[in-house]
Amino acid sequence: MVSIDGREHRDSLVTVRNINKVYRRGGESIEVLQGLNLDVEKGEFVAFMGPSGSGKTTLLNLLGGLDTPTSGTVTVDGDEITHMSGKKLASWRARHVGFIFQMYNLIPVLTAFQNVELPLLLTKLSKAQRRQHVVTALTLVGLSDRMKHYPRQLSGGQEQRVAIARAIVTDPTFLLCDEPTGDLDRKAAEEILDLLTSLVTDHGKTILMVTHDPLAAERADMVLHLDKGVLVEAVEERAAP
Amino acid sequence: MKFLPFIFRNLFRKKTRTALTVGSIAVALFLFGLLVAIETALNAGVDVAGVDRLIVRNKTSLIMPLPLAYQERLRQIDHVNEATFATWFGGIYQEPKNFFPQFAIDTETYRTLFPEFVIPDDQWQAFLADQEGAVVGKLTADRFGWKVGDRIPIQGTIWTGTWDFNIRAIYEGSRGGDDESQFWFQWKYLEERRQTSFGGGTVGWYTVKIDDPDNAVAVSKAIDDRFANSAWETSTETEAAFAAGFAKQIGNIRMLIMSIGSVVLFTLLLVTGNTMAMAVRERVPELGVLKTLGFGDKTVLFMVLSESLVIAAVGGALGLGLAKLFTLGGDPTGGMLPLFHLSSGDMVLGATIALVVGLVAGSIPALTAMNLRIVDALRRV
Repeated sequence: MVSIDGREHRDSLVTVRNINKVYRRGGESIEVLQGLNLDVEKGEFVAFMGPSGSGKTTLLNLLGGLDTPTSGTVTVDGDEITHMSGKKLASWRARHVGFIFQMYNLIPVLTAFQNVELPLLLTKLSKAQRRQHVVTALTLVGLSDRMKHYPRQLSGGQEQRVAIARAIVTDPTFLLCDEPTGDLDRKAAEEILDLLTSLVTDHGKTILMVTHDPLAAERADMVLHLDKGVLVEAVEERAAP
Repeated sequence: MKFLPFIFRNLFRKKTRTALTVGSIAVALFLFGLLVAIETALNAGVDVAGVDRLIVRNKTSLIMPLPLAYQERLRQIDHVNEATFATWFGGIYQEPKNFFPQFAIDTETYRTLFPEFVIPDDQWQAFLADQEGAVVGKLTADRFGWKVGDRIPIQGTIWTGTWDFNIRAIYEGSRGGDDESQFWFQWKYLEERRQTSFGGGTVGWYTVKIDDPDNAVAVSKAIDDRFANSAWETSTETEAAFAAGFAKQIGNIRMLIMSIGSVVLFTLLLVTGNTMAMAVRERVPELGVLKTLGFGDKTVLFMVLSESLVIAAVGGALGLGLAKLFTLGGDPTGGMLPLFHLSSGDMVLGATIALVVGLVAGSIPALTAMNLRIVDALRRV
């Protein structure tokens, strides 16, 4: 059950407590997130919506350990990440987080196979084990026949599938998606959303997604609105399949 | 090791730029190899000079002679074991570009003072028995395809006319840097034929063997004092100092080479540094993605530095390899640089320089990449 009330929840996978994020530009302080609380349980699909500048991506960055809050704590699966060193945080990200970006962010000089293999280079898996994991991930996203293709040889939807395969290949604790359908046409976007939904329903993945797209948000178990750095309310909950 | 394919992929991202940078390094290291080979050749005499040998020449100039009578007087000076002499002949074989040094030598003492030149005894005896006989170094013999028994005409330039010599012996150096380009013939033959022109009763310079290298300064002074205020004053110095002075006649080669080398390497640093800076600048979002995926700061630093080092290593190997091939072809000047070669030590030095250039050139871009903040890098997508 997703909650924003800040009360203790025993089964939370992700726990955010009283988080603030202030940017300083010139002499000015911009408070992007203000005392935000959040609890997400394992296997939930949560969408964050809100106008530009409301702090959605900042929140995602904090949840993924890409940035540190000005105050407050983020705890994922028992690990309090807000006070980790850069080195520990990098290692934590490699083990626990799968990132999916709006622009796919694949490495253009690597094939689909090599792109998906990238996170596995940080593990102790053998070459054969890495190969097995990559093939499984690419098969799961329906691209087992495109392994040797470079990103420029793939459509946008296929590129995003490769990005999803890269995100899930290490079997991370949760997936963070930043506008995953923002650069896709409706058909490709539906396919990607089907894939994300199946990751939650069929494979028990936990997904936190930032989106502007109401149709994408519809797929989530819970839609949270961010307004001026505050999570105002849980406005919608998808019926269980 | 598992990052290597990724590093190579990045290098081939901009093939033309990588090829040009590798080419720049190759050209610079090729030039380095040639400069070092030239420097080695010019200073070869210094490196192999005998520590217990002194050169006595005319104080006015090396081209001015000394009397033959000095040989006996030199032998009488304390700590002098033996004295031999030689005269520069300066002849031409077929055409001026076929230069090699020719000396008229004192056959009775020369071999004793230069034991590093190995000559079979039977060949030496044949040389002594033939007034027109000559001993030639292996390098020159190989260069012109000469063998024992060949008759060689040399055109005199100081003492004009055609001088015919019979090759009676071929010598080899016993140490790595020994000069195997010389051509010796009997001083008596020179003396006999030049009676009708000039220079009779004189020699070019003396080489003196002393009992202990520690006495070199004292003996040098004693020799010069002995002949002071005479018509033929002397200037005595160690063989190494003489060889160095000979090399300096061409100019301060070492300084020149150092200057050219420094400018080339500095330019190289800028070229490689610029390439790596551009490579990192273009890939900021990708580096941000790598860090997002869990690649640590040090891993990113290592990857960028590795690219720079690979470029430097490939360019360096190419340049030094070409330089080595070039020097294997022998002296390109036709005799001015008889010991023209690139030693293994200098190859290692060149490779080290290339890698240091790669390391320094890549360090700033690598540090930039290491210190990139993920959120800033991703914002540039």
